[in-house]
Amino acid sequence: MNVEIRVQDTPLDAVAEIAPVYAGQASIGGVVSFIGLMRDMNQGDAVSTMKLEHYPGMTEKALAAIVDEAASRWDLAGVRLVHRVGEIRPQDPIVLVCVASAHRGEAFRACEFIIDYLKTRAPFWKREQTAEGKTRWVDSRGSDEAAAAAWEDSK
Amino acid sequence: MIRVLYFASLRERLSCSDETLEAVPATVTDLRAQLAGRGGIWHEVFADGQRVLAAVNQEMAGAGQALQDGDEVGFFPPVTGG
Repeated sequence: MNVEIRVQDTPLDAVAEIAPVYAGQASIGGVVSFIGLMRDMNQGDAVSTMKLEHYPGMTEKALAAIVDEAASRWDLAGVRLVHRVGEIRPQDPIVLVCVASAHRGEAFRACEFIIDYLKTRAPFWKREQTAEGKTRWVDSRGSDEAAAAAWEDSK
Repeated sequence: MIRVLYFASLRERLSCSDETLEAVPATVTDLRAQLAGRGGIWHEVFADGQRVLAAVNQEMAGAGQALQDGDEVGFFPPVTGG
């Protein structure tokens, strides 16, 4: 399996990251990508910028473990997982999950699994600045916990 | 000796990003109790009922996980990536 995992503080060109996941591998029949974008609103407030912090070292280990878990559940030909850190603005890609497989079903499920697990297991934290100039740490969501837990149940 | 790291909102609340402790607590639970025992904001952060996650040597750790000399312990709030 062709795996690339990166954490970067430079802009993420999500579309350019997709073709290398399947290029040159004629056995691949489907590629599924999820691109997470920064929104301009959160909890009713306009948000102007966001800063993403992480735990260097642990982040890379956690992402690799999530991809390994996906590869143990489904037959995958390639995975590319790229996550931003540093300062971002609305519409900037935060994360790209791209999964290639012989058939679409495995790629769809693995892609959703990876983003669901990343949301609750990878040590990233968002701090946003509202249009009024206030900064605040973004709260975790119960719905993300529920989505990750559902995969545990389906194991 | 263990290294303790604090991230995100915890780092800001505690005004501390990292420290080295000479004595090695037996478990993560013991370390939490020791930190809470400092009082003030440390008690607020580490006393029961607070959602503070722990990692030992950069892997998620349960409360009762044993600690050894040379370990790195990270404390942080629930994650919000993706």
